[in-house]
Amino acid sequence: MLRISAEMKTKKYWKETFEAYLYLLPAFVILGMFSFYPVVKSVIISFHDWHLLRKEQYFIGFENYQKLLNDKTFLMAISNTFRYVIGFVPISICLALIIAVLLNSKIRFRGTLRLAYFLPWVTSSVAISMVWRWIYNQHYGLLNMALASIANFVNSLVEVVTLGNVAQIWEFSNINWLMEPRWTIINIVIISVWKSIGYYVVIFLAGLQNVPNDLYEAAEVDGASPWQSFWKITLPLISPTTFFISIIAIIGAFKLFTEIYVLYTGNPGPLSSGLTIVYYVYRNAFERYRMGYASAAAYLLFAIIFVFTLIQMYASKRRVHYDS
Amino acid sequence: MARTGMLPENQMWQYRVRKLIKRFLLYAVLIGGALVMITPFVWMITSSLKAPHEISLKYIKWLPEAPQWRNYKVAWDAAPFAMYFKNSFFIAFVVMIIEVVFSSLAAYAFAKMNFFGKNVLFVLFLGTMMIPGEVMLIPNYITMVNFGWIDTYYALIIPWTVSVFSIFLLRQFFMSIPHELFEAAILDGCGKFKYLIMVMLPLSKPALVTVMLFKFIGSWNSFLWVLIMTNTPTMRTIPVGLTYFVSDVGTQYNYLMAASTFAMAPILILFLLLQKQFIQGVARTGLKG
Repeated sequence: MLRISAEMKTKKYWKETFEAYLYLLPAFVILGMFSFYPVVKSVIISFHDWHLLRKEQYFIGFENYQKLLNDKTFLMAISNTFRYVIGFVPISICLALIIAVLLNSKIRFRGTLRLAYFLPWVTSSVAISMVWRWIYNQHYGLLNMALASIANFVNSLVEVVTLGNVAQIWEFSNINWLMEPRWTIINIVIISVWKSIGYYVVIFLAGLQNVPNDLYEAAEVDGASPWQSFWKITLPLISPTTFFISIIAIIGAFKLFTEIYVLYTGNPGPLSSGLTIVYYVYRNAFERYRMGYASAAAYLLFAIIFVFTLIQMYASKRRVHYDS
Repeated sequence: MARTGMLPENQMWQYRVRKLIKRFLLYAVLIGGALVMITPFVWMITSSLKAPHEISLKYIKWLPEAPQWRNYKVAWDAAPFAMYFKNSFFIAFVVMIIEVVFSSLAAYAFAKMNFFGKNVLFVLFLGTMMIPGEVMLIPNYITMVNFGWIDTYYALIIPWTVSVFSIFLLRQFFMSIPHELFEAAILDGCGKFKYLIMVMLPLSKPALVTVMLFKFIGSWNSFLWVLIMTNTPTMRTIPVGLTYFVSDVGTQYNYLMAASTFAMAPILILFLLLQKQFIQGVARTGLKG
């Protein structure tokens, strides 16, 4: 080996440092302007009373945050967002896991099936939300018509089975999906589960490929049922994947906006039942120009997401199994 | 398999029937689920070809009597869709190209060089992935106003030309290429930049394709930012143009579905052509480290 003197080594080190920074320069400039700076700047804005169309800004400390926490509309936005997250995250992860495990067994047409599940994920939220608007239509929408046919079928089946003694156990009348506030979050959960499930399936499938096959064979020899293998082998071994998916699912879910905006054509749903935190930020910043107030709301969203990620990381330390 | 050979005849039979039922259920669930997944697309396309009276039927009718191809013409002419398409293509393409160049450069530095502040910088970069873009929306909007970039391509392109996600993905890929190769090339007098261009990038094609695909799709589908940054129809992209089209056309769903179909078409075609790369790319994002 060559012996390099300490001086030469440091010289080489600083030369390389200079070179590295040249490579990093474009990324650093762009991130600096559009990520690092705005993160700091929005804290500062959130401490000000600032209407976009007026020049003056007044420093008001934590007043925006105090007002927000007493603002019934904001609290409603938080509760709407949470109801959506609680609906979307577990349903999408469980369904995706089930589908991935089934797809991972020896079957034909696996590629085609996977394609079908994945398809919605690449499509634009705007175009697809328009399609769902049509599906949810009260009178001519596919969903109501499909439910009506199913109800019809069930009724006639029951009638035949009970020899005509029981008729009409399911009286179906068209549901007004888009006008009744109680359906709003459910509508959006259905759309988002449908849209994102294929993405999670593909990631789960990648995780499942890493589970060694001989473990299953060994379990089968020992007389374990597929059900037991799933709980004792599959689930622990893919826990890093599950953890990763649950983090991206939660972060994504908290940022819900586009689907609501399009499904209700520029409104947050009937009686603001679809007003989410991001919608609230959008409305205050770009419809009412209350920049300080909206920034404070955005920061509270960040705080919520941050706390959730920390909780998950803490929980994962005990639950997630990483192999070396 | 070996064990079943030792079972008595009647149990063997039971075993086979059970297995058959299981397979049937497996396929039923998977195919049923897949049908549910593609139903909205099928319904969109068939609705887009229906005549007005077929749109307002109270029972399910899948296929139109005579496909109304003119719905597409009507929808296309009802809004400046040609311009929206041109904008979307231009922006997505330029963002994709610049992004892959900037990200490769940064990823290369993180993967193959030793420099002062490397770890701090890397953590700082990764940290931005934790922060929801919505937090930066307002200051970035103000920056755009100050730059005079509202309603220009700059606003729709420049802020999106770097993605930490891509840098991270490429860095992981670069690091998987044997370091001996790098050392040997440098010893032979190959410059670092030349090594990146001649060796690193050609070897990293799968990762580059992933990064570019994601960026193109993300850019094509992006909505909130474009909605805020554009005031005039000439700058709108497909998704934003589509929402304005909705408020114009209202409830004529055959036209709306025609517009949705052609808005989706480029990405769907791209996806069907490159589905393998896509799915590998997504799988790769799940395998961190």
